[in-house]
Parts: sequence; C-alpha cells; structure tokens
Amino acid sequence: MSRLAALVMAALGVAIAGCDQPEMRFQPKYSTYDEAARWPDNQAARQPVAGTVARDQRLEPLARTLPVALDRRLLDRGQERYEIFCSPCHAASGYGNGMVVQRGFPAPPSLHSERLRDAPLRHFVDVITEGFGVMYSYRDRVPMEDRWAIAAYLRALQLSQQIPYDTLSAAQHSRLETDTREAP
Amino acid sequence: MAALFGPRANSLAIVMIVGVLTLAVLFAVAAYLFYRSPYQTAVGYAPEQPVPFSHRHHVGGLGIDCQYCHASAETSDFAGIPATHTCMTCHSREWTNAEMLAPVRQSLAREEPLRWVRVHNLADYVYFSHRAHVNNGVGCESCHGRVDRMPLMVQRKPLTMQWCLECHRNPAPELRPENRITAMGYVPAEEGIAGSELIEHYGTPLDRLTECTTCHR
Ligand code: HEC
Ligand code: HEC
Ligand code: HEC
Ligand code: HEC
Ligand code: HEC
Ligand code: HEC
Repeated sequence: MSRLAALVMAALGVAIAGCDQPEMRFQPKYSTYDEAARWPDNQAARQPVAGTVARDQRLEPLARTLPVALDRRLLDRGQERYEIFCSPCHAASGYGNGMVVQRGFPAPPSLHSERLRDAPLRHFVDVITEGFGVMYSYRDRVPMEDRWAIAAYLRALQLSQQIPYDTLSAAQHSRLETDTREAP
Repeated sequence: MAALFGPRANSLAIVMIVGVLTLAVLFAVAAYLFYRSPYQTAVGYAPEQPVPFSHRHHVGGLGIDCQYCHASAETSDFAGIPATHTCMTCHSREWTNAEMLAPVRQSLAREEPLRWVRVHNLADYVYFSHRAHVNNGVGCESCHGRVDRMPLMVQRKPLTMQWCLECHRNPAPELRPENRITAMGYVPAEEGIAGSELIEHYGTPLDRLTECTTCHR
C-alpha cells in the first residue's frame, strides 16, 4: 500500500513539474512603470502627494556654502557627475563647446569667465536645481549631495585654468612646451 | 502452424528499437534546442518603439553617458527609463521640428508619458537588481551588449538562469573598475587589472551568488 502511495506521489510530482506556470511568470502585481487602469493617469508609478517629505530628507534650510568636508572623494564624485550630466553641453573642459552644442544647441557661457569664477558655490547648486535660461533643471537626476560635489569640482576645474606659469616647476614647464596635444 | 515471426523479424526488431530510441533522443535534443533558442529566450527581440530612439546616435555618436538617461541604475533595482523632460533638456532646442519627435513634444504638452515597449523582461519570480551589479563592478555591456551600436534597442543575451549562473559561478573575468561601468567596447582582460584583484576590491560575496535565495526570494 505505502509503495503504491509513494508511486502515486512520485507520478504526481513528475506531472506537476511538467506544468508551465504562467501565473508565476506573470504575477498579478504592478511592477515599475506598468499601466494601471484604475489609477489616475493610467500609471502604477505614483506621484508623491504635494508636500511629501522623504524619510532621509534633510529638513534644515539649504546651506549657504559647502556643507560637507572637502576631500578627494567629493571631488572625484563631482567630476564623475559633471562628466555625465554637464559635459554634453559645457564640455569636459568647461569652455562650453560640448558635443550637443556642436550639433546646434545654444552655446552656454564659459565656466571660466571672471563672473563665474567669483560666483559662490551656492550659485552652481541653484543653477542645477532650478535650471538657468535655456538650460533645464537637473533636480530630478542629481540629488543634493551630488550638486554640492559638482559645485566643488567646478571650482577645482576653474582653478586648473588659472595657474600662473611662474608657479609651475621646471619639469612641468618642459612638459608643457613639448606636449603637442590639442586642448580638449 | 506457420512461424509468427519470419526470418526478417530479428533485424526488424533491432531497427525498430534503435529507431525509437534515436527518435526519442532527437526529440529531446530538438526540444532542448528550441527551449534555449532565441525564439524562447527572446535574444534578438527588438520591438518597434513609439519614437525610433537610437542608442547608436546618442551614445555612440554624441557620447552621452548611460546615466544621463538611466540615472537610477546606481541607486535602485530598476535602471529607469528617461522622462520626457530628459529628452527635452536637449530637444527643446535640438531638432525641434522633426516629424520623428512629434510624439515627444505631444507627450510634454499633454503631460502623458511616452509608452516605450519593454525589451528585457525577466519572469516575475526572479529578483534582479541593477544597483547590486552596477556598484560592484559589472558593466552594462556584460548584460546588454554593444548598446552604442544599436539603432534600435535589441536584447542581446538570453537572460536565462543558466546565463545568470555562468557569471555568478565565476564573475572575475567580467569585472571592471568603477569608472568603466558604462563604457562600451571595454575588454576586461586587456586592461591589466586582474579579476582576482577586483573581486577583493569589491568584496564580492562569491559564496552567496549561487544560492537559490539570491535570485528567488
Ligand atoms: C543641454 C545642455 C546643457 C547641459 C547638459 C547643462 N547645461 Fe548649464 N547651461 C546651458 C546653457 C545653454 C546655459 C546658458 C543659459 C542661458 O544663458 O540662457 C547654461 C548655463 C549654465 C551656467 C551659468 C549660469 C550663469 O550664471 O550664467 C552654469 C553654472 C551651468 N550652466 C552649470 C551646469 C551644470 C553644473 C550642469 C550639469 C549638472 C549643466 N550646466 C548642464 C546648457 C547646458
Ligand atoms: C539620451 C537618453 C539615453 C541614453 C544616453 C541611453 N539610453 Fe538606454 N534607453 C533610452 C530610452 C528612451 C529607452 C526606451 C526606448 C528603447 O527601448 O529604445 C532606452 C532603453 C534602454 C534599454 C532597454 C530597456 C528595456 O525596455 O528593456 C537598455 C538595456 C538601455 N536603454 C541601456 C542603455 C545603456 C547601456 C546606455 C549607455 C551605454 C544607454 N541605455 C544610454 C534612453 C537612453
Ligand atoms: C544630451 C542631449 C540629448 C538628449 C538628452 C536627447 N537627445 Fe535626441 N538628439 C540629440 C542630438 C544632438 C540629435 C541630433 C543628432 C545629429 O544632429 O547628429 C538628436 C537626434 C534625435 C533623433 C533623430 C535622429 C536620429 O535618427 O536618432 C531622435 C528621434 C531623438 N533624438 C530622440 C530622442 C529621445 C526620444 C530622447 C529622450 C529619451 C532624446 N532624443 C534625448 C541630443 C539629445
Ligand atoms: C547583470 C546584468 C545587468 C547589468 C550589469 C545591467 N543590466 Fe540592465 N537589465 C538587466 C536585466 C536582467 C533587465 C530586465 C529586468 C527585469 O525584467 O526586471 C534589465 C533591464 C534594463 C532596463 C529596462 C528597465 C529596467 O530597469 O527594468 C534598462 C533601461 C537597463 N537595463 C539599463 C541598464 C544600464 C544603463 C546598465 C549599466 C549602468 C545596465 N542596465 C546594467 C541586466 C543587467
Ligand atoms: C556578468 C556577470 C553577471 C551576470 C550576467 C549576472 N550577475 Fe548577478 N551578480 C554579479 C556579481 C559580481 C554580483 C555580486 C555583487 C556584489 O559584489 O555584491 C551579483 C549579485 C547579484 C545579486 C545580489 C546578491 C546579493 O545578495 O547581494 C542578485 C539578486 C543577482 N546578482 C541576480 C542576477 C540575476 C537574476 C541575473 C540574470 C538575469 C544575474 N544576476 C546576472 C554578476 C553577474
Ligand atoms: C543568479 C540568479 C539565479 C539563481 C542563483 C537561481 N536562479 Fe532559478 N532562475 C533564475 C532566472 C533568471 C530564471 C528565469 C529563467 C527563464 O525565464 O527562462 C530562473 C528560473 C527558475 C525556475 C523555473 C524554470 C522554468 O523554466 O520555468 C526554477 C524551478 C528555478 N529557477 C529554480 C532554482 C533553484 C532550485 C535554484 C538554486 C539551486 C535557483 N533557481 C537559483 C535565476 C536564478
């Protein structure tokens, strides 16, 4: 008897394994960006209610100047983010002749102008947050910490173009004179 | 009484036994091949999109980084599809009258999202996370192929369990340093950073990667 039961169980097991299970593959749940006919806009992705505060959101007013320690990591992060989000227009060098500008987008001002060299870091953060003229806002893709990182990197980029020749070492002088690469 | 089986019966029996066995094996092989074929795994799937968006143009031609548009790959399970607003950061002034871009402008004016057709789609019982891979040395190219050469988005890898496991058993040869994650045409073996070094650098949890509960939870 128990042998028969075991046999039946084994046969059932094999039979079940043979089943396709479409309801596991397509479970009745929403995934990101699914349509959702019962909700407004027909979207599963909801807009947060106005005034929603994220759990990890900082509530103190926006700092006037760099709120975190200035170190190598911050600058590296700023450079990476600058090259992703800003260099298509402002160019890696900051002079404003990026690839998209070469294809006809209005040219942004050089980031090395005297006015922008004197501008406080907070100005760059505000431009990223709010946009500026024809430049759209990047607030949805660049979180606040990254905005400060980019601002700090921009200052370093500006300094890199303003080093007086005399302060360089002899080795650097000879490298400058023998380097035939064009400026990017 | 005449013999039930004639003199040819012996060879006939052998032919039949061998024949049936061969057929069974052939059938199994064919079924397996079909199961693993592009028809089942969707390799080469390239549906038509509402706007003929070209990665070759934007990534290969203009050199825009993946994260400009897929910004949440680093912070969430989902890589994210760009909002219409993201297209408009450039197309407010770029190709503004092109017929091709009419759906984008319409989407902006009506505040309705563009309906892109999904290309890659895992079964719902599989857990996948971009964040886990992208922050730990696995590049987009390992799973999506040469996106910079795609005039229309196409699935290049089978996305089967076997495929995931091939890498999870031995990820070392696939790993890249942090600053090359979105690079296309990068060959880890040629760049001179040993895989074992990167495994150590990222602290890759090798023992956990082949556990069922890593992907089925
Ligand atoms: C799509 C092209 C584009 C991108 C990408 C872009 N910008 Fe701009 N940016 C512009 C243009 C064009 C202007 C000039 C706007 C005007 O004067 O109407 C500008 C202006 C600026 C200015 C000058 C503001 C002033 O006071 O004159 C700053 C600073 C700036 N952008 C920073 C950034 C940063 C930081 C990023 C990356 C997060 C970025 N931009 C990305 C096109 C772009
Ligand atoms: C200018 C914006 C933009 C950039 C830059 C960009 N993408 Fe995309 N990507 C899109 C849009 C829009 C879609 C949806 C339409 C489609 O599938 O073609 C998409 C779709 C995809 C998909 C398929 C999604 C699905 O439905 O399965 C993958 C994979 C992808 N992108 C990878 C990449 C990678 C890798 C890079 C960098 C090498 C990149 N993208 C750069 C805009 C962009
Ligand atoms: C960073 C700037 C930028 C962004 C963001 C961008 N584009 Fe473009 N796009 C361009 C430029 C520049 C051209 C023109 C290319 C040329 O002149 O060679 C172009 C051309 C196009 C074209 C027509 C040319 C072709 O054959 O591909 C389409 C369609 C298009 N874009 C769709 C989109 C969509 C949809 C999005 C949003 C997901 C988007 N673009 C985001 C810069 C951008
Ligand atoms: C380890 C493999 C792997 C890596 C690395 C990877 N992807 Fe994906 N990607 C997938 C899989 C699998 C899916 C389908 C996910 C699903 O169906 O849930 C996917 C889906 C997508 C989608 C569609 C939207 C979504 O998130 O489901 C986009 C866009 C995308 N990937 C872009 C990227 C970009 C950009 C990178 C690099 C920064 C990248 N992927 C790296 C495997 C990978
Ligand atoms: C090219 C190599 C590669 C491929 C292909 C790949 N993975 Fe991974 N995956 C990794 C590596 C490496 C890690 C470890 C990341 C880390 O250091 O935590 C990982 C981690 C994961 C994790 C998180 C594990 C944890 O607990 O932190 C999940 C879930 C996962 N992979 C699912 C998948 C699925 C599902 C697929 C197939 C659709 C897949 N992976 C394909 C390389 C890969
Ligand atoms: C690296 C991620 C990963 C790990 C680890 C993993 N799986 Fe899977 N599994 C997948 C993916 C992806 C699929 C979907 C395959 C498909 O759609 O063809 C899958 C599908 C399956 C299926 C359904 C097969 C079918 O064809 O319907 C079963 C059953 C399964 N896995 C069992 C397991 C078991 C048992 C383990 C542990 C020994 C395991 N998996 C470990 C990724 C994984």
